[in-house]
Amino acid sequence: MKELQWEKVAGNGLLNRRHLLQLGLTGLGAAGAGAVFGQDAGSVLQVPEWSRMPGASASAYGEPSRFAGNFQRMAGTPDPIYPGGGSSRSPLQFLQGTITPNALHFERHHAGIPDIDPAEHMLVINGLVRQPLVFSYENLLKYQMVSRINFLECSGNSGALLRGGNADGTAQSLHGLLSCAEWTGIPLSVLLDEAGVLPEARWVAAVGADAASMGRSVPIDKALDDILVALYQNGEPIQPGQGYPVRLFCPGWEGNISVKWLTQLKLMREPAQFRDETSKYTDTMPDRSSLQFTFPMGVKSLITSPSGQMSLPRPGIYQVTGVAWSGRGAIRRVEVSADGGATWADAMMQSEPMDKALARFTIPWEWSGGPAVLQSRATDSAGNVQPIRDEVLAARGTISFYHNNCIQSWGVDDAGAISNVYV
Amino acid sequence: MSTYRTATATGRILALLLLMGWMAPAGSQEAQIRLGTPISEEQLSALDLIAAPDGSGMPPGAGTARQGREVYELNCLRCHNVNGEGVSGNTVIAGGDMQSEESPLRTVGSYWPHASTLFDFIRRAMPADIPKSLTDEEVYQVTAYVLFLNGIVGEDQSINSETLTAIVMPNGNGFVDQSHLH
Repeated sequence: MKELQWEKVAGNGLLNRRHLLQLGLTGLGAAGAGAVFGQDAGSVLQVPEWSRMPGASASAYGEPSRFAGNFQRMAGTPDPIYPGGGSSRSPLQFLQGTITPNALHFERHHAGIPDIDPAEHMLVINGLVRQPLVFSYENLLKYQMVSRINFLECSGNSGALLRGGNADGTAQSLHGLLSCAEWTGIPLSVLLDEAGVLPEARWVAAVGADAASMGRSVPIDKALDDILVALYQNGEPIQPGQGYPVRLFCPGWEGNISVKWLTQLKLMREPAQFRDETSKYTDTMPDRSSLQFTFPMGVKSLITSPSGQMSLPRPGIYQVTGVAWSGRGAIRRVEVSADGGATWADAMMQSEPMDKALARFTIPWEWSGGPAVLQSRATDSAGNVQPIRDEVLAARGTISFYHNNCIQSWGVDDAGAISNVYV
Repeated sequence: MSTYRTATATGRILALLLLMGWMAPAGSQEAQIRLGTPISEEQLSALDLIAAPDGSGMPPGAGTARQGREVYELNCLRCHNVNGEGVSGNTVIAGGDMQSEESPLRTVGSYWPHASTLFDFIRRAMPADIPKSLTDEEVYQVTAYVLFLNGIVGEDQSINSETLTAIVMPNGNGFVDQSHLH
């Protein structure tokens, strides 16, 4: 067999994907030594057992194969002084593509998940409008709807990395407050138009029907632009943990402002100054001033495999893959480094990147068996480039932890063990 | 032919629908049905809990810190502890200094920019295990007590819609609005 000539595109083993495609299975097969399907080389492959008997009947509501891995969200321990509060994180390291299954979409609740009977749920629009209105769920379902694929990220996602110290976690535990879904609903502008927004209204205060009546204020220009009053997620009614029967969805913005269990929209001159837009979700800078109403989530990417607490079994070729997103547009480029940022190579985008949605990238990498630091760096359609951690720390210090979009570094040691590192 | 007639009839209906605007693209105003039921602000008075810095949404009533101490001890002490000292990071509601050498302790007194937020948040979300169980009067009283614990009002100062929204919080000028950056 002809000796393989890998075309290196950046330091420490990043490979040209076109060259790898030409190598086909021969190239990838060379990485995995050993028998195929547990059979001896040269033996005749047999028709499997499950092809010799009928399978199970159709089911009412599907579930994953028992062999596919029992992917679960990672939820925090309940805190008796914060009943119902907390979050659960998506298992990013096990997912592929860009859409998060509904049952694995991350959650963040401030007072638990209310058990809402949609027949009794009301959505009210009041304040600076010509005519206050109340909408039933039944009537909301009759409106023309639009669908959009958008990511949702909690602004506290990845916050632990700014604090430093021992943050030896997985992609899920460190960055799992991130998901992406197709959201279907009524443009908020349509319902606001029906109530008749008065010219002096500059903000919309949105309030949920949970026990905290969690509220956030939204500027009127965004409210009239691309915000949805969302009723469906990936084709089915929004699940209770995501705001059933109806939630606000603000594309590209910090997750908390997409108020779940939406029950009130009040048009106001000024922000309501809710607890969750003053005491929380604000960032204190080194000079002790605090940034408020930081809405779009910054351009960001993350290698999901291989990633923290995984282990590479042997030297050879691996597909490095991950997700990238920006609250200010579509992903234009993702670069990957295997040497801690000394050299970079362009990754391939697995599908056409969309505005304010997750994009998946991939690039082949040959691990030599020596130390490596894997990083990804995203650039969005507005030209924003994802910063390194030191840049974020220099600009923002370590007091706050919201809105961290720094480059994640995964260290690979001689034994193939992978962990979060600071470089 | 009946097929031809049917097609023509369908075409006429489509043309009519287009004229009526029913087939216009999603989002255009003509296409939208209007199914909101008119309601008055008075009918919404028990549901609308937004108490804003300009005093809008603040109910009638008043209270002092001296009255609020008892409300606090009955309803808040378990989590917020004596004198607002708290039992964990998020439950500390008094003290702190934004200009401290080390990372500042951020509390109602040291961090919160608006006094109205205290009334608004207590009324909508506290106590965490039985939210909305306090009367408006009790919310004013306990609001006064938390402000008193932070040295912002006197023990017998009456807190109502007007006096609450007139308070300038210690960190009231500490925030930079980023809302235009999108």
